[in-house]
Amino acid sequence: MPALFRPLFQARTWKETLHLLIDLPLGIAWFTIIVTGIVVGAGLVPLMFIGLAVLFLTLQLVRVVSAVERARAKTLLGADIANPFLPLGELQGWWPRLKAVLGDAALWKGVVYCLVALPIGILTFTVAVTFWSVAFAGVTAPIWGVIEHWTGASDMNPWADFGILTGSFVVGIAFLIATPWVVHGFAAMDRGLIRGLLGADRNAQLKRRVAQLEVSKSASLDIAEAERTRIERDLHDGVQPRLVVAAMDLGLAREKAAGSDPEVVALIERAQDETKQAIAELRELVRGIHPAVLTDRGLDAALSSLAARCPVPVTVQVNLEQRPPTPVESAAYFIVAESLTNIAKHSDAKHARVNVNRDDGMLRVEVSDDGKGGARTEPGGGLSGLADRVRSLEGTFRVASPDGGPTTIMAELPCGS
Amino acid sequence: MRVVIVEDSILLQEGVVRLLAGYGHETVAKLDTAEGVVEAVEKHDPDLVILDVRLPPTFTDEGIQAAIALRAVRPAQPIVILSQYVEERYASELLGGDASGLGYLLKERVADVKEFIDACTRVAQGGTVLDPDVVAQLLARRRKEPLDTLTAREREVLALMAEGNSNVGIARKLVISEGAVEKHISSVFSKLGLSATETEHRRVLAVLQYLRAS
Repeated sequence: MPALFRPLFQARTWKETLHLLIDLPLGIAWFTIIVTGIVVGAGLVPLMFIGLAVLFLTLQLVRVVSAVERARAKTLLGADIANPFLPLGELQGWWPRLKAVLGDAALWKGVVYCLVALPIGILTFTVAVTFWSVAFAGVTAPIWGVIEHWTGASDMNPWADFGILTGSFVVGIAFLIATPWVVHGFAAMDRGLIRGLLGADRNAQLKRRVAQLEVSKSASLDIAEAERTRIERDLHDGVQPRLVVAAMDLGLAREKAAGSDPEVVALIERAQDETKQAIAELRELVRGIHPAVLTDRGLDAALSSLAARCPVPVTVQVNLEQRPPTPVESAAYFIVAESLTNIAKHSDAKHARVNVNRDDGMLRVEVSDDGKGGARTEPGGGLSGLADRVRSLEGTFRVASPDGGPTTIMAELPCGS
Repeated sequence: MRVVIVEDSILLQEGVVRLLAGYGHETVAKLDTAEGVVEAVEKHDPDLVILDVRLPPTFTDEGIQAAIALRAVRPAQPIVILSQYVEERYASELLGGDASGLGYLLKERVADVKEFIDACTRVAQGGTVLDPDVVAQLLARRRKEPLDTLTAREREVLALMAEGNSNVGIARKLVISEGAVEKHISSVFSKLGLSATETEHRRVLAVLQYLRAS
């Protein structure tokens, strides 16, 4: 017997009841906001901008509605519902944002929710109020009967109307037992409605995750690029001048010491040569981290400079109307740099060719030679490093190098439209 | 020689001033940014301007821009560009017009004190001095040009010429006779199609041949 009344002492029952009761005021609020926004916005459409702005803001309010409802469902219904909306943070400008907002199915489902929230709210509020009222009124009917008889508030006689009062009590008990289950049922309906119309489906969740990953990936690529530039500057503008001044002072010392102890002169000369060597090595190191000419003048100049340094004759053709994004540009540079290094070291080629062009939002980099072939993408090798770099930019990387040659290295890097 | 120096590293700026002073050259103005270079040069009318390539605010090629701007106002102003790295692209931009009185050198060349002072003097007198590194890049790149027909020795001679060496200097560096140098040079001139009528200019023209090809 007590088991039947247990739900009355569970927090869940009362939280859900509260949820059903709040359904009505919130339903009225959401319905009013959305209908008013859409009607006003549509009415102002002849004023173009203002009308669209009102519509846009109304749609944005759906996000607020969704957030409030999801928080309410979490607190009162114990339902953890994921945010269904695509993040807008990284989109620049009005038009791309508008397109993203209007194309987001979650938003339109949110609008539907706002519209159905009112009738549903009326239903759930009425049910909750009616059931609990009947339950409490029925159970307490005998007490009211006695009180009213004694105070003479009515001509009810507890003894004469025993049947009615007992009947009411029994009905009240029955409702007291049944109401929690009715509340559970309607709460489940609410939960389903919020999950269905305001929650993220699997697809949207994945899309959202992908969008987030894209943002964070491109941010980390930019950070890596900026970091390389910073290191290059620090070495160029910090370390190098010091070495140059040291080499210069050694040069002055050598002039001063000329004609004195030849051993001293030789020592100074050696120190100076070492310093000059250090400067040259530092320059090569910096070029390997981030070539300054690439930043200053772009791919054409930087690749020409690479070609000029390559002992194998290289023909360079770069057809670009505008500069690709920095990470793409620098990936293209290092693809060519590594390929030319390999050609010089291993290929026995007589001639190499570098082609860079842009086509359909793809930057295509091709390095070919007439050498003996047999280049392989080995783990940890230079080519596999290039392949990783290209993959991180969502590009494709291919090496065609049959034994006996020739070798062609092809990379395609997406670089916006 | 009166010199204006533009170098953002104070350490290096002071070093070069000290170096020049040691050889009796006076530094009349020191700047640490490319801004106001033209004004400073107009004011002091120096025999030579020494310009760093990377200068504030962007630390990219302010020095090259400043040199081009300066030559636009004072076409004959001798300028030596000092750079952390040399790129033939910059050399081409710099020497695209009149190459006389221009130098383009790696910073570390100041370590060879005498040669550096020598290069500065030659530029101040209207000569052209290119860093051996630039010359090497140019030679590597122009294989398919008429320069391709030069022999290895002729190429060496041309490289030394591009660095601003006189015949005597070239002879000493290659350890050959001055007569042999002259023979190589006239062969270079004829292979590059430079007529004998402009003897004075032919050295510069030969060097420019690399640059024009790009």
